[in-house]
Amino acid sequence: MQNSAPVTDDLHQQLAVARAPARRKAAGRALVALASLGFLLVLLVQILHTTSATASGFSDWRPILIAYLIWALAFAIAQVLIRGERGQRALFLLPAVFFTIAVVIFPTIFGIYIASLDWNLSSVEGPRFSGFGNLVGMLNDTYYWNALGNMIFYAVAVLGEYAIAFGLALLLSAEIRARKFFRVVFLLPMMLSPVAVSWMIGKSLLEYRFGPAAALARYLGWENPAFFASPWMARLSIQAMDAWVSIPFIMIILLAGLQAMPREVQEAAKVDGANAWQSFWHVTFPIMLPVSITVLIIRIIFKLKLADIVINVTAGGPGGATDTVSSFIYRVYRDRSNVGYGTALAMVYLVLIIVLLTLLLRLSKRWTQRVV
Amino acid sequence: MSISTSALKPVRRHPAAPRAKRALGRVLIYAALLFWTLICLFPIYWTVTTSFKSAVDVTQAHLIPWVDFQPDWKGWRSLGLSPDALFGTSTARAEFTSRFVNSIITSVGASLLALILGSLAAYGLSRFRYKFAWMRNDDILFFFMSQLILPPVVLALPFLVLYKALALLDTRFGLILLYTLSVLPIVIWIMRDQFNAIPIELDEAAFVDGLSTWGAFLRIVLPLAVPGMVAAFILSLVLCWNEYFFAALLTSTDAKTLPVMVASQTGSQGINWWSMAALSTAAIAPLVLVGIFLERYIVSGLTTGAGK
Repeated sequence: MQNSAPVTDDLHQQLAVARAPARRKAAGRALVALASLGFLLVLLVQILHTTSATASGFSDWRPILIAYLIWALAFAIAQVLIRGERGQRALFLLPAVFFTIAVVIFPTIFGIYIASLDWNLSSVEGPRFSGFGNLVGMLNDTYYWNALGNMIFYAVAVLGEYAIAFGLALLLSAEIRARKFFRVVFLLPMMLSPVAVSWMIGKSLLEYRFGPAAALARYLGWENPAFFASPWMARLSIQAMDAWVSIPFIMIILLAGLQAMPREVQEAAKVDGANAWQSFWHVTFPIMLPVSITVLIIRIIFKLKLADIVINVTAGGPGGATDTVSSFIYRVYRDRSNVGYGTALAMVYLVLIIVLLTLLLRLSKRWTQRVV
Repeated sequence: MSISTSALKPVRRHPAAPRAKRALGRVLIYAALLFWTLICLFPIYWTVTTSFKSAVDVTQAHLIPWVDFQPDWKGWRSLGLSPDALFGTSTARAEFTSRFVNSIITSVGASLLALILGSLAAYGLSRFRYKFAWMRNDDILFFFMSQLILPPVVLALPFLVLYKALALLDTRFGLILLYTLSVLPIVIWIMRDQFNAIPIELDEAAFVDGLSTWGAFLRIVLPLAVPGMVAAFILSLVLCWNEYFFAALLTSTDAKTLPVMVASQTGSQGINWWSMAALSTAAIAPLVLVGIFLERYIVSGLTTGAGK
């Protein structure tokens, strides 16, 4: 693809030159200018209205959204007018770019602004600027640090999920009957909504008095099977539930990797007299290392978002032992309706995640290169 | 395949392990497979059966219908979904239906929107070379993919404030926008892979035949990319259907989705076991069906999405 792209480039370059006369270019520029002007005008009217400088204005900010859409449309049309063929190509990318700017970039920047406010949504006072006040509050917030510590546990626990998933993938790639049946069944937990799972397992199966899991635990000799009473037990139970939902994902990726592995390699190991254990550690595992690292990183990214199971099963308890950062911020908002503080916590978390992932990617690059 | 056939093979490269040992290996493999099958299916079985139990059967942990307990439509009746209650009026059913419809509209809407935006961007990134300021194709792709890292909490509270101003709180459209954003990177990744697999010579032939860039895309390339689109669509459908965090924060009455309804029923005062079980069953049933019948697409979506 890389080689053939320039060919089409040239082909279309000629067309592009032929198709974009000066008048159309001027029209395109005028369109962008006009649309921008209109957008700014609507914005100005609304800003003046909300700061009660003028009486006329819209009741909410929705017209701004529509103005943005119209502006984006005008910009896209103008691209075609100004740049012809190249503009048509830009049209493929522009919708996604405008969408992302509107719903990711802008809210994130807006979030940084909110993070510097002391803003209780349910009070009438409205936002108050507090600068770094939220960050100072965060430093003294032991629950937040506790939640961050829990995230380390949850992230490390991904290794356990990985080990089980690898075992399952090996089982599924062995010569077995009814492989399709087992694959579908093993995949099912991934399809279930975590909220339903928190009820099905967390509140019903692990129920202290008559949940089947508790009954089984009693039968096995654990007299007091309280899955959510002690901090470590609760953390493990939450982790087990999340593992139940997410192991299939890791398993599927590893299975695809195993099936893509050339058969000859394994045969060769067998001929050399390696037993199953040796051929796994010396052949299969090293070959699977790049796939493994990719899936581990993806899984950690998703793990860092863990919230719904915790919110629904323990609400962070006992004493914050199972809190994830997301569930903690959710509760902070629900209890105090302080959007400023919650957003500040979330922003710090985002920065930590970016740092962690950059490090992980660097490290993993070195590992995968050394082995392969 | 099994022990017997491989034992019949006349030529063996390697001296056979003792038969007993091989058989033991087989037994262990199937035991492990069955054990994990039990782990995967038991919670689902428990939920489905509980929706047919009465209070006594729940507290005594009866497991097998007709043997341990007499199944009864109790849970489903409380939802207004049992055969005898189906034709009467029922407020519970009305609520359930509206949540169910909300879930369908938001997840299908978001998946479609993400599919359109994502396919266009993926085609562009796979076929043309862009340069926005300092950003080239790889940077643009990274820009889209990096949004996967963003945890929902970072956007949740700013969106709460923004949606309040935009009067989009508690609307399905507001949810659709957010869900689109959360699945867009995955769709772009899958679709780019799909378009890369389609030879560019097809596009060139289309140009020679006089089709424009968009004509070639819509008439020639897009029909060939349908398998990838189906995989991306189903995968995003699953993710959107199960989403809880944004829905819990941003909806209150009108646009509540099914997961929010399930979560709100588990409140503190005495859980109504059978109706909770019926509700959970109804909430997971569509996806269990998707998982059983469309497993192929989910697997292919996941493996292109992550296995590279």
